[in-house]
Amino acid sequence: MQKITQPMLIDKAVSLLENGTVSCVFGWQKGEFDYDITPSVFKNADDLKENFVWNGFCGANLSKYLVSKADKIEGKILVFLKPCDSYSFNQLLTEHRFDREKVYAIGLPCDGMADISKVKKLCGDGISAIAFGDDTISVTTIYEDKPYEIALKDVLLERCENCKSKKCVAYDELLGENGDVLDSNRFDEVARIEAMTPDERFAFWQNELSRCIRCNACRDACPACTCEKCVFDNSDSGVENKAAANSFEEKMFHIIRAFHVAGRCTDCGECSRVCPQNIPLHLLNRKFIKDINEFYGEYQAGAEAGSRAPLVDYTEEDIEPYDVFDRRDIDA
Amino acid sequence: MQRVGVFVCWCGSNIAGTVDVQAVSDALANEPGVVFSTNYQYMCSQAGQDMIIDAVKEHNLTGIVVCSCSPRMHEATFRKTAAAAGLNPYMVEIANIREQCSWVHKDMATGTEKAIILGKAAIAKVNLNAPLTPGQSPVTKRALVIGGGIAGIQTALDIADAGFPVDIVEKNPTIGGKMAQLDKTFPTLDCAACILTPKMVDVAQNENIRIFSYSEVSEIKGFVGNFDVTIKKNARYVKEDICTGCGACVDKCPMKKVPNEFNLGMDNRSAIYIPFAQAVPKVATIDPNSCNMLKNGKCGLCARVCTAGAIDYTQKDEFINEKYGAIVVATGFNPISMDKFDEFAYNRSKDVITSLEFERLTNAAGPTAGHLERPSDGKSPKTIVFVQCVGSRCDACAQKGKEYCSKICCMYTAKHAMLTRDKYPDTEVYVFYIDVRTPGKNFDEFYRRAVEEYGVKYIKGMVGKVTPEGDKLKVQASDLIENKQLHIDADLVVLAAAIEPDKSARPLATMLTASMDTNDFFTEAHPKLRPVESPTAGVFLSGACQGPKDIPETVSQASAAASKVIGLLVKDKLTGNPCVAHSNELMCNGCSSCERVCPYGAITYEDKEFRMPDRTTKTRRIAVVNPAVCQGCGACTVACPSGAMDLNGFTSKQIMAEVDAICR
Amino acid sequence: MSMSEYKPLIVAFCCNWCSYAGADLAGNNRLCYPADVKIIRVPCSCRVNPMFILRAFQRGADGVIICGCHPGDCHYTSGNYYTRRRMATLFSMLDYLGIEKERTRVEWVSAAEGAKFAATMNDFVETVAALGENKRLEDLRCKK
Repeated sequence: MQKITQPMLIDKAVSLLENGTVSCVFGWQKGEFDYDITPSVFKNADDLKENFVWNGFCGANLSKYLVSKADKIEGKILVFLKPCDSYSFNQLLTEHRFDREKVYAIGLPCDGMADISKVKKLCGDGISAIAFGDDTISVTTIYEDKPYEIALKDVLLERCENCKSKKCVAYDELLGENGDVLDSNRFDEVARIEAMTPDERFAFWQNELSRCIRCNACRDACPACTCEKCVFDNSDSGVENKAAANSFEEKMFHIIRAFHVAGRCTDCGECSRVCPQNIPLHLLNRKFIKDINEFYGEYQAGAEAGSRAPLVDYTEEDIEPYDVFDRRDIDA
Repeated sequence: MQRVGVFVCWCGSNIAGTVDVQAVSDALANEPGVVFSTNYQYMCSQAGQDMIIDAVKEHNLTGIVVCSCSPRMHEATFRKTAAAAGLNPYMVEIANIREQCSWVHKDMATGTEKAIILGKAAIAKVNLNAPLTPGQSPVTKRALVIGGGIAGIQTALDIADAGFPVDIVEKNPTIGGKMAQLDKTFPTLDCAACILTPKMVDVAQNENIRIFSYSEVSEIKGFVGNFDVTIKKNARYVKEDICTGCGACVDKCPMKKVPNEFNLGMDNRSAIYIPFAQAVPKVATIDPNSCNMLKNGKCGLCARVCTAGAIDYTQKDEFINEKYGAIVVATGFNPISMDKFDEFAYNRSKDVITSLEFERLTNAAGPTAGHLERPSDGKSPKTIVFVQCVGSRCDACAQKGKEYCSKICCMYTAKHAMLTRDKYPDTEVYVFYIDVRTPGKNFDEFYRRAVEEYGVKYIKGMVGKVTPEGDKLKVQASDLIENKQLHIDADLVVLAAAIEPDKSARPLATMLTASMDTNDFFTEAHPKLRPVESPTAGVFLSGACQGPKDIPETVSQASAAASKVIGLLVKDKLTGNPCVAHSNELMCNGCSSCERVCPYGAITYEDKEFRMPDRTTKTRRIAVVNPAVCQGCGACTVACPSGAMDLNGFTSKQIMAEVDAICR
Repeated sequence: MSMSEYKPLIVAFCCNWCSYAGADLAGNNRLCYPADVKIIRVPCSCRVNPMFILRAFQRGADGVIICGCHPGDCHYTSGNYYTRRRMATLFSMLDYLGIEKERTRVEWVSAAEGAKFAATMNDFVETVAALGENKRLEDLRCKK
């Protein structure tokens, strides 16, 4: 399979800009360091050639930015979608959050994205440069003369280790070959927590969630959290709160957030990727996905545009809330 | 801040016996917003109500809390009292300290403590109450009936008799529906045409009824009382108002080889045709797929023989817009296709027919003028096998047929068997059945006559296979009672095919935003208590579109639907329930979650321009609730992730305030 | 009962058409249940937002129960079906977070089931009382 490279994407973007197909490009650009690559809007070829980046740190899901930007920009937007981003793209389309006509989507194959915290665990701090090989990363630090050579598979983001799909489900044009939906082990960790005693589960989550600083990074990166105004910012909602002043506030925030995206979350893993406190927030969303799959049949949000989210649907034979626990006790 | 008055009722000793009412009114006097608090023996009495009215005036109250019996008992009473005092009736909250306190708690201390908490919750809520005014909308005093079978006919006649104009839209060239195709009707055996056609004539002659035949509904907008409907009148290439129905064109038409739908393809009709002699309207229709003139411009004979000059080959489909206050769905049913039931050889032998085809074969106006003849060779059948439940009560796993009971087949099969034995006593008649279901007035007696007086051989068991062999049909079946295999050489096999909703029902339901079950039957607003109303306000259900029904049931449902329509149309204005959902457009994402859970189709979307802080404008999709359609369940409020959707009278803030007051 | 000193706080959300009427019927028939139960009337069980439930726990409730019409009998035809899905998933999530599953309950109570209403409340209060005070989901700031 042909490897998709950064110059190929830049060429593609430049040609679509220059032939007038699109008027701007949603992509990734380098930040302060080689590893803090951020989403960016490119409006001309020079900008693209100079700043556009495509490598193993382009984890950011660009689909979300279509919601706030699509109708502010004249002409079409070129957006690059990794397979997991394409699910979010579809979900947002289902929810009428942007105009499909305004977007030219290019699907990209993805080998998985690197987790900088895992890299740092191997190489320590002081990273001055990172270069990507085929399956490897070479990391130069200010403390060592020789760069560290690391296998990409050893430092993948959790979501990429448990990748659910290498298949782009929405695009106008696909670069490279489309992959397949994968059998992933993404629910194993959820099952492990489920198997704990309630006290252990409480201790686990207390430990995780008590680190929350309510920075809202999870919400701001989440492609399902695109509300015009979040209930937690709305003084009329009665739940407005900002500070993590006690043991419950952040729990309330994360439960409600997970509930609001339940059935709509595509499991793109952005919440956990951006969390500065490394809270495994995806385990909350995945619990809802796992439950929904078990209670109401397999459902993958974003797999197809226009599908009906399970929590705005029902059947007359649905499981009763009091049977939910009995069922698991039987299964266990 | 509200100025709240608290009125604690003793209800004689009903409340005062277990709750210290003085302590309650004293405690509640200190709650935020409360400027007056008292207690009285019977708040609902005239003296009690006067006390409230006086207090409102004296203390300039803006909100009232009555601690009394259940709001289901006296909420309406105290709302009227508030209105009499010049307050908005929705500024009243009830704390239920009788049914949910004094009557279920024995101890004065706990009863009093709980009553105070319930009072606090009501005060917390009323502090957030806002005056509500029910919306009013005018009612267009005209009804639309979709479908012109017996259900639609009966509904239209009843509505018209009450003095309201009614339009019937029928997709076929004539009204009459399935009943017009039937021979006799169970259990009385009067002929279908004899009882139906006079009603069809009544429809034609009723000044309040317009018939749009050969037409369909193409668009529905609006809501209860104010539907805006576009009716597509298909070109029939005959001027309806001029055609006299003389039939000269039909006789002269050279294209006579078109399968006749009315006789289920068992004989042929001409390209220009009148479906049957008593058709209403009795007007010819040209079938554009068969007419040579319309296909290649070569013929024109009908125009030449028509002395009235009614033929118009240039006629185009016509679109008619009309407003209606109510819509009745009467789209009826069809037998299911037999394509998946290979075992019965329906597609391989002409002598395997459905029960509806049997009706035509025995009908005096049918293809054989009522003589029971085999379709293949015209011989009289000597052995007839009737198979019941073909496609009814099927296992869902079988992937063919329907899970439900089609309800009418047991009785019409008994009728067919009985009539056959009556007219042709030398014919052997077998009926294979799973169960014989005869719950209906005189139904079981009818079935027993078929067995006992007419000697129909009822066999409990299913037919496994029908094999055409020579001029016979080899029927393999099991007899479950005798526990043996049967082999019968039959001349005719009649399949009691399951019935399903007409195919037009699903797109119509989408247009109406009316809900359907998985079988495409329309769902009623309440399965027991509102059986002829759709959950969508202003849409009513008549006949088999709601579920399988025989004629008496269809007619009674049709009349019931009509009475509901009349009840709606006699009103000049509809006063809504003000406790409806509303969307805050600044917060709405336009994501459609609310629309998907709304059982009434009350939510629509519009693109609205918003001025942004930077003086640009942005167009956003936002939800709009139609207060005339919303019933106030609140499903949308929870489906909405942004909290843009809220419910008047039960706002999130109000409920949260109650929670806080209780948990304080 | 040894826990007689401890009075749990129970918030019950009841739909107006079935369960609230069922509670009224319990009253009409003088079927007793503990005063710890405080009922909040909602038009339909589907009006109950998970935020209300969490808010109740946050403010010190020890148990929250949602009562609605039996499936198939909803006054609004489908409201309780949505309730059923929402609460099945929400309660499963609360359990996943280590909150005792016995503190949350959904019960279908019709307007004719006064006895069921009282029995349900008796049972629920007893169950929650046995668990003791709700510490895990309480907002400490709101404790007096």
